[in-house]
Amino acid sequence: MSNKVIHALYNDDDILMDAVKTVKAADHHIDEVFTPFPVHGLDKAMGLAPTKIAITAFLYGITGLSFAIWMTNYMMIEDWPQDIGGKPNFSWFTNMPAFVPILFELTIFFAAHLMVITFYMRSRIWPFKSAENPDVRTTDDHFLMEISIHDNEKELKSLLKETGAVEIKVIENK
Amino acid sequence: MYQFSGKLKKLALALMALGIIGIAIGFISSPSSIDEVKEELHNAHNAHGSHDAHTAVVTNHGEEAHHEKSSHSSDKTHVEESAYDTHAEHLYHQQKNRPWSAIYVALFFFVGITLLVLAFNAIQRVAQAGWSIVLFRVMEGITGNLLPVTILLLVFLLLGSAHVHHLFVWMEPGTVDPLSDNYDAIIAGKSWWLNVPGWSIRAIVYVAGWNVYRHLSRKASLAEDNETNLVSYKKNFKMSVAFLAFFLFTESMMSWDWIMSLDPHWFSTLFGWYVLATFMVSAVTVIAMVTVYLQSKGYLEFVNDSHIHDLAKFMFGFSIFWTYLWFSQFMLIWYADMPEETTYFVQRFEEYKLPFLGMIPMNFVFPILLLINSDYKRIPHFVIGAGVVVLLGHYLDVFVMIMPATVGGEWFIGVPEIGAVLFFIGLFIYTTFTTLAKAPLLAKGNPFLHESETFHY
Repeated sequence: MSNKVIHALYNDDDILMDAVKTVKAADHHIDEVFTPFPVHGLDKAMGLAPTKIAITAFLYGITGLSFAIWMTNYMMIEDWPQDIGGKPNFSWFTNMPAFVPILFELTIFFAAHLMVITFYMRSRIWPFKSAENPDVRTTDDHFLMEISIHDNEKELKSLLKETGAVEIKVIENK
Repeated sequence: MYQFSGKLKKLALALMALGIIGIAIGFISSPSSIDEVKEELHNAHNAHGSHDAHTAVVTNHGEEAHHEKSSHSSDKTHVEESAYDTHAEHLYHQQKNRPWSAIYVALFFFVGITLLVLAFNAIQRVAQAGWSIVLFRVMEGITGNLLPVTILLLVFLLLGSAHVHHLFVWMEPGTVDPLSDNYDAIIAGKSWWLNVPGWSIRAIVYVAGWNVYRHLSRKASLAEDNETNLVSYKKNFKMSVAFLAFFLFTESMMSWDWIMSLDPHWFSTLFGWYVLATFMVSAVTVIAMVTVYLQSKGYLEFVNDSHIHDLAKFMFGFSIFWTYLWFSQFMLIWYADMPEETTYFVQRFEEYKLPFLGMIPMNFVFPILLLINSDYKRIPHFVIGAGVVVLLGHYLDVFVMIMPATVGGEWFIGVPEIGAVLFFIGLFIYTTFTTLAKAPLLAKGNPFLHESETFHY
């Protein structure tokens, strides 16, 4: 494990995308890219594995649906059946049309909230955590590419210079 | 340039010929007199040996205006006899209606699809969308079908106002005359809107408006190809804005005039949207299918899988939108439980259970499960597979919109229905691919063309 990394800063997402492709083509491993906003296609260019968040969203949706079925059945059929407009309340199924909005909303609610929470956990972001990005400018208008150095500092520096980096820094890790 | 292959042309003509034969069989096999129906009833009656079935059907049809005749005799057998006669007459009308309804369902289905492709194209122009430019000529090709089908529809509707067919019961003589046996207070109350002259004039206005826009927009689109400035492009943009405003009103009104008025006692305030949704999803599906077909023949090399992906996303989204409106209409009526509204669904649950409930898996569950995966939306086979089911499901939707009011329990998807669908598929293929062959498949004058060609999701 190397303890030296190189930071290349860019000021345009298109230049960054081309740079990522060039660096990948030269067979260097990119540790991380910090961007102020999501850059489309960056994950593919970096060769990251496809996200599995869609699968979790589907599972969370199913969970929400099941929860809504259980909840409506418990509240409206088992625990406190009510006669609303003479609608059947003896079985869940005959009263189901009235519950569809609830089923729909809770499916969405579970999928959306749990997906966001999953994303935060997976990205290791939680309340009171101090920021990990190495340069504050990446929250404003700069893009930063981080590559670890394996005795190839010079080669990397010249390569990154060619790709249009506006600033190149070598950082020694403790 | 696309070449309309002789093989496909032959297929289209064969489908149309088959369709005409099917439609003709429908007319020939419909009963020519009430006595014929009575004889058939009599045979069926002897076979079952029961009176109950008939009386049950008689009471079910208390709604329609044209057979609200009641017997004043106290003699029980006489009542039964007269109910039997009324029932036979009712069945006769329904069976007479069947070949006409079969044509109407298929015709309206194809008018709706073609019209919504036109509207979809207009939306792309008004939104100045970048992704869809490479599909413009496909959409314009499909709307080549608009003029023939709308003319056929207009002829069909005017035949109705000329009493050649009797699908629209409110048009029957005497419904608005308080002295007539046929007098119907509800229809009379709606006659300020629902009257034959107004209805016919509206039909002509809708059809003329749509076709004028289609003609001018196509002309401007072709002119764009050879222009270096944006004159035609801007003209088309302005036209499309005007058309969309016109379309959103006329689409709602056409759904009241041509579909909702089949059940003149019943109404639903979101009916226009519901009809829009069913044709919107079908229209996007048809665009995707024609695109995939052309690609499989080696054309449209500039269309990539991201374009197909976007069309499939629309299929997915509009399927949910349709379900939302379909269910909203049902749930409000189910929950309020007012008799004048629930009759609509009672009849569908009693007589049309299979197609009515079969729509949910076909139009909702199946496309959702098949197209939810982002990768599947890029695979042409999945798009076509989902598309076939979606189109069948929405045909059923139109079927269940029209048939209960015109043929009641006498429905079946047989020779006349399939014949009519084949005829209009044939016509669709013929007009669409003829139009496609008339112009280059790439709308090269559009300023957003490059964005569309390099479109990448």
